[in-house]
Amino acid sequence: MNTEPNVVAIAGFFIFIALSLGITYWAAKRTRSAEHFYTAGRSISGFQNGLALAGDYMSAASFLGIAGLVALSGFDGLIYSIGFLVGWPVVLFLIAEPLRNLGKYTFTDVVAYRLRQRPVRIASAIGSLAVVAFYLIAQMVGAGNLIRLLFGLSYEVAVVIVGLVMLAYVLFGGMIATTWVQIVKAVLLMTGAAALALMVLAQFSFNPLRLFATAAESYGNGVLGPGRLVSDPLDAISLGIALMFGTAGLPHILMRFYTVPDAKTARVSVNWATGFIGAFYLLTFVLGFGAMVLVGQDAIRAIDAGGNMAAPLLAEAVGGQMFLGFITAVAFATILAVVAGLTLAGAAALSHDLWVNVVRGGKTNPTEELRVARVATIVLALFSILLGLAFKGQNVAYMVGLAFAIAASANFPALVLSVFWRKFTTRAAAASMVAGTVSSLVLIYFSPTIQVNLLGNASAPFPLSNPGLISMPLGFLVAFVVALASPEPEAERRYGEVAHRALIGEPPATTQA
Amino acid sequence: MSEQIRRLAAARWRVAASLTAAMMVLYFGFILLIAYDKALLTRVVVPGLSVGILLGALVIVAAWVLMLIYVRWANRHHDDAVTAIREGR
Repeated sequence: MNTEPNVVAIAGFFIFIALSLGITYWAAKRTRSAEHFYTAGRSISGFQNGLALAGDYMSAASFLGIAGLVALSGFDGLIYSIGFLVGWPVVLFLIAEPLRNLGKYTFTDVVAYRLRQRPVRIASAIGSLAVVAFYLIAQMVGAGNLIRLLFGLSYEVAVVIVGLVMLAYVLFGGMIATTWVQIVKAVLLMTGAAALALMVLAQFSFNPLRLFATAAESYGNGVLGPGRLVSDPLDAISLGIALMFGTAGLPHILMRFYTVPDAKTARVSVNWATGFIGAFYLLTFVLGFGAMVLVGQDAIRAIDAGGNMAAPLLAEAVGGQMFLGFITAVAFATILAVVAGLTLAGAAALSHDLWVNVVRGGKTNPTEELRVARVATIVLALFSILLGLAFKGQNVAYMVGLAFAIAASANFPALVLSVFWRKFTTRAAAASMVAGTVSSLVLIYFSPTIQVNLLGNASAPFPLSNPGLISMPLGFLVAFVVALASPEPEAERRYGEVAHRALIGEPPATTQA
Repeated sequence: MSEQIRRLAAARWRVAASLTAAMMVLYFGFILLIAYDKALLTRVVVPGLSVGILLGALVIVAAWVLMLIYVRWANRHHDDAVTAIREGR
């Protein structure tokens, strides 16, 4: 493969764009209110929502990044895969059902339920925007590189195109459009990965172990065990914490629980999502080893040092140009759809949390809120294009790991404590979210990746490349200390209503709220 | 908050917390092995299958099993209790 434009890939790309704009147009005619814009009218089934959740989750980092990691370092890629997967049981056990029962549009509704709205919403919007920003940068960088390599465009032009198409999706369709785009995309991605894996396994008599053994023969038994990726034990644990608890704090994932009619459907959708995602990661593992054996590590590195092109290169090796076109289109679709979902979550934080509750003092006007959401979408799209340009050359999987660390530190402690801890207070929620956001951002800044790799300093003040080990416990600690130091009797009194509604789904009859 | 709600909330918290703890033990056990015993994970069981890959696949299976346990509990016990409260029984 070279950097000449690929006609088949371009054709596949435009077919998907046409398809998704069609869906967006169809959905746009049905988006009449803020309710519809954010929650798709609560008409999504559990199976559909499971697919959409999986679609939101299986980003460029999963498909391109993990396949690339496995291709270049073998077993190490599995550490990321498993970490991304074990976040889902946590979502199911602790978060999904109470969230659906308590919330309206965003997870902030849940945290703010019995607390004072203003401080909670400001703090939470800051945390959400930090998560969305890092996640967006990762997707934009991935998209830019992919388009640059396969279409022969410059990185800058590629990023601008991705940004504008994503803007069109969200602006005209809102959540129902992105829900359907995610569903279409999840099906395409699963089909593409499964077809590719089958073609690879066909050459190894459908026995993955024979594939792994062939890889070990060429590259040594080292590829079957832990390697350089997690050389420092504390780094491994820190990354593990971020991945496991980050999922339960990702605003664009949590938003999906409001598109289903009830808690039971939310539960069903998490199970479907986890099934799809687990199967997908097992496939990615096969794809990575397939690329290692059939394409070769040197050839993968020659195209992209980060290994991000392993899956597309493998598609070309086993399926030819046509199949490369299909896989490429699917990879684009993945990035576009994830970016759209993220932008929507960011727009919700800006318009629903910041504008309505801070600027308008809590008085909502649905027409105005929808208009602000649309303006916020445009602002975020421009912002992510600029950041995508600024962060050119960053590693995609690493960036997503950082977004997970911020989510685990800023959002997860406040969300869990607001549902399960009677003595949680407004001050504790705001302090915990700000402490989690600021500490993870500061630690990222002082990490070796920024200080050594980016700024060229000899050493970094903070030794870990992922801040989760420090910043998530800090989020919890700040919450406990602040809540116990200054109790809030009103919040404690209203906990009964939260507990009731989190379980039953409707407020207790005796409460005058 | 009624006694009924208090009991239901406590029961759900016990199930949710123990399953989360089980997942954490399994996952961080795996991570600690990666951090401190690379040699064990690199050992090959049969050609192509190392202890690490085997345990990694088992962690994914364990996640599914834990979710299955939760769903069975929720469908058999929790949903009925919720319906009972909602209908004022």
